[in-house]
Amino acid sequence: MNLKPETITEIESLIPKYPQKRSAMLPILHAVQKDQGYISKEAMEWVAEKTETRPIDVYGVVSFYPFFREHPIGKHYIRLCRTLSCALSGSYNLLEAIKREFGCDLNKTSDDGLFTLEFAECLASCGSGPVMMIDDDLYERLTEEKIKQIAADYRARAAQSKA
Amino acid sequence: MTMHQKEHRVILKHADEPGYTPDIECYLKHGGYANLKKAFAMKPEEVCKEVELSGIRGRGGAGFPAGMKWKFLDRKSGKPIYLICNADESEPGTFKDRQIIHKDPHQLVEGMMISAYAIQAKLAFIYIREEMPYGAKLLQKAIEEARAKNFLGDNILGSGYSCELIVHRGAAAYICGEETGLIESIEGKRAYPRIKPPYFPAALGLYQCPTIVNNVETLCHVVHVVENGGEAYSKLGTPGNSGTRIWSLSGHVQNPGYYEIECGKATYGDLIYDIGGGLRPGRKLQALIPGGSSSKVIRGGERFQGKLRDGTPFDWGVEDIPLDFDSPMAVGSMSGSGAVVVIDDSVDIVEVLANINAFYAHESCGQCTPCREGSLWMKKITTRMCKGDARPGDADLLASIGDQIAGRTICAHGEACAWPTQSFIAKFKDKFLEKAQRNGERMGDIPLI
Repeated sequence: MNLKPETITEIESLIPKYPQKRSAMLPILHAVQKDQGYISKEAMEWVAEKTETRPIDVYGVVSFYPFFREHPIGKHYIRLCRTLSCALSGSYNLLEAIKREFGCDLNKTSDDGLFTLEFAECLASCGSGPVMMIDDDLYERLTEEKIKQIAADYRARAAQSKA
Repeated sequence: MTMHQKEHRVILKHADEPGYTPDIECYLKHGGYANLKKAFAMKPEEVCKEVELSGIRGRGGAGFPAGMKWKFLDRKSGKPIYLICNADESEPGTFKDRQIIHKDPHQLVEGMMISAYAIQAKLAFIYIREEMPYGAKLLQKAIEEARAKNFLGDNILGSGYSCELIVHRGAAAYICGEETGLIESIEGKRAYPRIKPPYFPAALGLYQCPTIVNNVETLCHVVHVVENGGEAYSKLGTPGNSGTRIWSLSGHVQNPGYYEIECGKATYGDLIYDIGGGLRPGRKLQALIPGGSSSKVIRGGERFQGKLRDGTPFDWGVEDIPLDFDSPMAVGSMSGSGAVVVIDDSVDIVEVLANINAFYAHESCGQCTPCREGSLWMKKITTRMCKGDARPGDADLLASIGDQIAGRTICAHGEACAWPTQSFIAKFKDKFLEKAQRNGERMGDIPLI
């Protein structure tokens, strides 16, 4: 595991903010996952040292919270809200379009490694459903047309960064 | 979103004004932090008294009076006191805190620092759900800006009182909205709720120290309580249901959105048909979820008769129920987090419950057997019913599972997952029985599971 120097600096500055080192557990795991894309066994051991806990304590936390993952995923993380208000506005009907446009099945990563698709539980934007998140961005009032456009934009950006 | 004429905006007063930005300069221009200065000129216990007089009740779900919660603080122990803002907004249907955090983050920071001073907190936290990354950034920026102006940090406004404010992000677990689960999460653990007694946060909270956990909207109200004085503020709304409340309206209405209304001054009918623009043409109200997906469902066309706490008799149709704390309770449900979900007759009610059950099964922390196993079974049975294998005994089976969860768990997630099933079976048993007779038929326009 090779954390970027800025990640290590960030983590070192996080710990003293809290009255107890273990309280920095979630923010440290966020920083590690952002840096590495996932949280490896080696990372868990490292976080245990930093928080003065045992690796099993870190594993307990990583395995509890849905956002933390133990394996790498695609470059972009797509979360489609499937909970009640979004479902009432048609989110399940959009699943096929999302799978098709982003080229990945539910709980899978696309062949080109660009996208991973999952369902999310209520994203707290129920008045503008159906909604999905891609990485940190929220997309509201989704339609098939919008999904096509969003997928095309991501692919265009990916092609550009390759070139 | 523009304001509806039936709204009375206090918390969201500026949120949607053109040109209103989330930075401190804009907030100051609109009178921001004047109430912090006013509060710091008072004694902490005087601020607590005003909050108590205001009668404001918790906007997160339980509706417990904030002033009384603060009074329960164990001050004799001599241990440090902590303040936590619950910004884990996750109850399906709820999206009000999102508006405050994204559009007016300084109002929350001001409310928190006034509250921290009032209870003499040593340190304060905002626990924000992971799925609001921009909200977390905005709050972090607001904190830096407020620190630069000495509204938080060391020796605030020369008062001798110091308090830091930490933004702490969750990681997509609904149970962190339960206050003791949230505390465990800040301690860097799995968010397993603690048993009460003895772990009432006001006595044994974060690091086993006295801790107050308040919702985002509740803490913002504190700013306006200081501005107007507790007694004057309590005149807003109705007795016992003071202040305004932000209702999150979603589902089958023409104008879903967030609407801030004086408590008790409008009804569910006003919200759905007038403010919310009504149902789609030709559709009828099938069901109403009055306060987040865990609140007990109401069937369209139901009538409720009974007596209010003060003895006044009532005879209400669904549309007549006042939008406040006590009235939804009087009809056997609750206002919860203020999330109103409207369900018309285009969807299959069994699928609605299957959708809700999938949520609670996913979010059970797994600590207590009745909730962990029961929520999963309720999900499995309702999902099976929707996949062409509904059985005549399913309704009774579901009800019996619900009955074995509620009241038998460490935290309220037991009730939260059991109430939908219990109430859907109680109110819509005919539909669940019909489902078994018409196996394999599509009974709604769109799939919900």
